[in-house]
Amino acid sequence: MPKITYIEFNGTEHAVDVRNGLTVMEGAIKNNVPGIDADCGGACACATCHVYVDEAWREKTGKASTMEESMLDFAQNVEPNSRLSCQIKVTDALDGLIVRMPEEQH
Amino acid sequence: MTRVVILGAGHAGGSAAAFLRQYGHAGPITLVGEEPLLPYQRPPLSKAWLKGEAGEDELQLRPASFYAEHDIAVRLGMRATRIDRQAKLAFLEDGEVLPYDALIIATGARARRLSLPGGQMARTLELRTAADAEMLKAGIAHGKRLVIVGGGYVGLEVAASARALDAEVTVVEREPRILARVAGPVLSDFFTAYHHKHGVRFDLNASIQALEGEGGQATAVRLEDGRALACDLVLIGVGALPNQELAEDAGLPCDGGILVDDQARTADSAIFAIGDVTRRPLPLYGRSFRLESVPSALEQAKQAAAAITGHKPPTPEVPWFWSDQYDLKLQIAGLPFDVDGTVVRGDPDAKTDRGARFAVFHMRGDVIRAVEAVNSPAEFMGGRLLIGAQRPVSRERLADPAVSMKEVSA
Repeated sequence: MPKITYIEFNGTEHAVDVRNGLTVMEGAIKNNVPGIDADCGGACACATCHVYVDEAWREKTGKASTMEESMLDFAQNVEPNSRLSCQIKVTDALDGLIVRMPEEQH
Repeated sequence: MTRVVILGAGHAGGSAAAFLRQYGHAGPITLVGEEPLLPYQRPPLSKAWLKGEAGEDELQLRPASFYAEHDIAVRLGMRATRIDRQAKLAFLEDGEVLPYDALIIATGARARRLSLPGGQMARTLELRTAADAEMLKAGIAHGKRLVIVGGGYVGLEVAASARALDAEVTVVEREPRILARVAGPVLSDFFTAYHHKHGVRFDLNASIQALEGEGGQATAVRLEDGRALACDLVLIGVGALPNQELAEDAGLPCDGGILVDDQARTADSAIFAIGDVTRRPLPLYGRSFRLESVPSALEQAKQAAAAITGHKPPTPEVPWFWSDQYDLKLQIAGLPFDVDGTVVRGDPDAKTDRGARFAVFHMRGDVIRAVEAVNSPAEFMGGRLLIGAQRPVSRERLADPAVSMKEVSA
């Protein structure tokens, strides 16, 4: 199973195994990783699963869809490496992925 | 040590338990749920889950291990029967008595039922719980005839999912338009046309006289104009009623929902209520209202957890909702109270082949009070910020899709 490292805003790291096919958001929820709210449960409707993708992984995680980009446009503290984690599907190619969480999702 | 008892283990109750721990509550938490399942997400029941695109595992709000890891005692398949406010005790149906220092009522809402002749027959379903959804899923298949009574969000989402599974769908609505209670006419017309395009039939302005059947199984829906709609399955989706009886019996003020303040506190300072069961203040709109939505339940779960732990209260949110039907993502922010006009941005024509994409803004003067956005996340997100800020905008610029929402908000 791909291993994903989630880093909280305060620096706490959580390296967990996430099954292929789940999203990066679901990987956090299922492993009790705090810092991702995901109020809408993954419907790309709320922008409360915002993460910063580690620079080394930006290409492999792909580009945000137009829908996702529009949501991110109005989220807080958005950076060029911002993504909505409910829109990143986990595959073997993402084994080792590192994402960081913002201070707040609201 | 403060003992917290939560009655109701849905989205609101389950989240309140999690927020309490997140905010540092160290005392005992007991979560009591009537359903046999750990807290799960209801929105997918009419959408991805019904279409078989999401499993039970994905429905769970938190993995089962979460509750043990966070020392949250869970009682499932268990009803609370009574609250003794003087002694601060909650009584469960199996005789267990739970003492509390803070009580959170999160008992949700139940489907409104129609008292119709034949309404008790098998194959007449409602959709609130995973168990309801199981039965619905089992009955929907290629060629099966589904009659949906009620053109609200639950009914329309099920209609879209049932069409994806190739069932025949008729929606019967008492009002002259669908979504009459929850959306403006532009949105109603668009969704009617879009569903129509996908093969859903509508009977508007139509009242049900009876359900008819054989051997206790519904086989037709009889309308008041005399017509009978033959069916294999009937779904009744005509709204929900708050499960406020526990609070009422305990003497807590209720009025179409348990009355709470902006900290989710009831008239009793030791008792909170959150989620669909509450009638909550909406400061932006100068009134109180019973919202049926996940975001509102989450906000109130945070309010209660913050009040109990002394954590800083959450930032007040503009109410919002979403619905997925076919390839449409509907996002709504705000509520159309005290509005005097609408601004339409984009083309609400369901027949367009370019992919539907538009937003309807409900205005009071130049201030946006609500936005209904179809496949238009920028309009939703930008609109939500503007609603919260109550800042006037130029109607002309708002109506012009060539002016970006960033520019409109600037």
